[in-house]
Amino acid sequence: MSSKTSALRLQVESALARRGGLAARVASPFQYRDQPIVETALTGVPPIDLLTGGLPRGSLTEIYGPPCSGRTSLLVSALAMRTAASEVCALVDARDAFDPHSAEAAGVRLQQLLWVRCRNVDQALRATDLLVQGGGFGLIALDLGDTPAREVRYVPLQVWFRFRRAVEHTPTIFLVVEQESNAKTCASLVLGLHAQETRWTQTAGSAGGNSLRHSPGCLLDSWKSRAEIIRSRAKRENLWVREPNEICADACDDGTEFDTTAVWGGVRKR
Amino acid sequence: MAFASIFVPNFLLQAVVRAGPAIGKRALVLIEGNPPLCSVVAVSEKATQMGIEIGMTKTDAEQFAGVEIRSRSPAQGKIAHAVLLDIGWSVSPRIEDTAQDAIVLDLSGLTSLFGAEKDITTHLVERAAACGLRVNVATAVNIDTALIAARGFTGITIISPGEESQYLGELPISALSPSDETAEILNRWGVATCADLARLPILDLSERLGQEGVRLHALAQGASERSLVIAEPAHSFEEEMELDDAVEELDPLSFLLGRMLDQLCVRLTARALGAAAIRVRFELQPSFENAVDIREAFPTQRRPSLYEKEIQLPVPARDSKMLLKLLRLRLQLNPPGAPIQKITLAAEAARPRATQGGLFLPSFPDPEKLELTIARIAHVVGEGNVGSPSLTDTYRPGEFQMRRFLTPQEASKTSGDSKSVRHAAEQRASSKVSTSFRVFRPAMPAQLDLQAGCPTRVAFQGLRGDVIAVSGPWRTSGDWWREDPWQQDEWDLEIHFHDSPVGRDRSAHLQPNSGIFRFYYDSLRRGWFVRGVYD
Repeated sequence: MSSKTSALRLQVESALARRGGLAARVASPFQYRDQPIVETALTGVPPIDLLTGGLPRGSLTEIYGPPCSGRTSLLVSALAMRTAASEVCALVDARDAFDPHSAEAAGVRLQQLLWVRCRNVDQALRATDLLVQGGGFGLIALDLGDTPAREVRYVPLQVWFRFRRAVEHTPTIFLVVEQESNAKTCASLVLGLHAQETRWTQTAGSAGGNSLRHSPGCLLDSWKSRAEIIRSRAKRENLWVREPNEICADACDDGTEFDTTAVWGGVRKR
Repeated sequence: MAFASIFVPNFLLQAVVRAGPAIGKRALVLIEGNPPLCSVVAVSEKATQMGIEIGMTKTDAEQFAGVEIRSRSPAQGKIAHAVLLDIGWSVSPRIEDTAQDAIVLDLSGLTSLFGAEKDITTHLVERAAACGLRVNVATAVNIDTALIAARGFTGITIISPGEESQYLGELPISALSPSDETAEILNRWGVATCADLARLPILDLSERLGQEGVRLHALAQGASERSLVIAEPAHSFEEEMELDDAVEELDPLSFLLGRMLDQLCVRLTARALGAAAIRVRFELQPSFENAVDIREAFPTQRRPSLYEKEIQLPVPARDSKMLLKLLRLRLQLNPPGAPIQKITLAAEAARPRATQGGLFLPSFPDPEKLELTIARIAHVVGEGNVGSPSLTDTYRPGEFQMRRFLTPQEASKTSGDSKSVRHAAEQRASSKVSTSFRVFRPAMPAQLDLQAGCPTRVAFQGLRGDVIAVSGPWRTSGDWWREDPWQQDEWDLEIHFHDSPVGRDRSAHLQPNSGIFRFYYDSLRRGWFVRGVYD
């Protein structure tokens, strides 16, 4: 810092200190403050964990994307990791879309999951507010994945801000799954997902030359999804933001791909 | 060895006043008996000053202005007696249930816990006051002396060894509870006080009055010896309140419930117990339609209907404010539906849970706060829509049940890793992420075009698309022996959508071009449905 700047800083700080009262509380407004270390928790999807460093605790994280983009698989994987670590999790399901069968198959300990089945956005937000104010949960997820985007856009920004403030300085991960990003600056981490390639197994008797893939015993094997960081406070560089919803398929430092495998999928012995 | 006796003066009146402290300030009279032969059995101090006496008829008592006449309540007497026992057990594990209005405690070994006898007696009086009872407490080295002193003297009386006859001497003979015949004989002899009786020669007394004379002589001297008859500790905590005017609104009802819960929690705290469950029972004012049987020529007396509710707590609690909030939330969800004329509140007692948190253990929600949060959420979304999902032992697709959410400590005792969870843990170890499913509840009806038995085009919820990959059919069926069997052919279809129905919406680019959905043909309902989507 130049000498002129230092002198100016000292002058301002001493003037504030002389003034007293409320001004004295900010006697050193220009003092550099270290960024607090943000604790993170793994999602259970290695490429995502490598890309983001994990889900930040005490913060709001958004995962958005169109249906079939892998949002729910990522959410369930995060729930599985938290419940495996003996943490209590809560899922506020705005459209009652949660499937306990696939969740248990993915490793979620259902007895450690509090599932709130809502009928609309209003119920979901009220239930979420009660949970974040109550505290004590390792992960609270608000699933707005099936709620039309136009309904979620009407949620005021102060609601997201209130949620973020409620989980700040707590070990709770607050995760929102939706079709598009809505929390704006309230979110510490925003991930955009979209689907790429689907793989099917073709056992003996594969279909002929027609475009419709079907054969007896054909099974969904896996699909590939692409995830990109739209916003991350944890970036070492300055706060880095892209325009939401601009997910490009180009190779990018802030994008990665991950596979989700069907429960019955895997290498088969021939 | 020392004993303490707790005596509740004017017990019948105190039992009624305890339930409604406001009436204690008035001139109160309790009557008992079948009309028209009701007589006065208890009077308050104000009523005594007005000239009302025990034994008066109800009609005579009604002549006095400003007198509140109530019927004696055996139920409230029973509860007051239970409270008295709780006060005793809060201090000593060995107590004798001597009478409805008196108990005796063994004070051996309590000085290290509560201090000297004076501290113990002060503690007992304070605890009784907290429970709504005004008591006399007396201590002595033998049981009967303590009992007589508690009945005879107001407040706290501490009788040192050797001073028994000195203290008891000034009490009247009636304090020894002689039989009517013996009392008349002693009265004719001019024996008025215990000191007079103690001075009489024992041999002559036994010749004239027999064994009773000997017993009364020993009591008067404070020299009787007997063992304590230990009472079994009771584990029922109940409070009851009968209302003069039926209550319909939740706010005044909450006020009454709060008072009753305060009393219950004080009793539980005195016994170092908590409430594992709270049961509330309301006697409702019967409605005219339900009370009168039109088939009868003369309608019988109206029978009140009952409203019962039970609240199970995850951990034993004794915070009356938290319990009241829980009760209010439940009553708001399921109101009684009629005015309430009697309230009964019972607590199932249990030892409070002692847990120690660790520095490196994950944090858990506070059980009491969590229970309140879940109750509030249930008020928003409905009682059956919040809890833990639990898979049922059936192959019916999508079948599960909602269970009460257990605290992590309770969950860790009951859970064992299921096979699928272990499989998933192994899968996670190999860095594989499982595909998840989003369910459409209820399942969406769909229209499918088939070629050679294979779906080629689909339409549902305003979306139309071509099938580009097919897996199926996978037939499932079951419960054919029940009234609701199922038989479905499931297909996993990858669909390429033609055009989004919300194309004009600016989020149209977010609509998938393709997606993998699970369809099924319900053979019994003869229709196609969409169960959900892989996401």
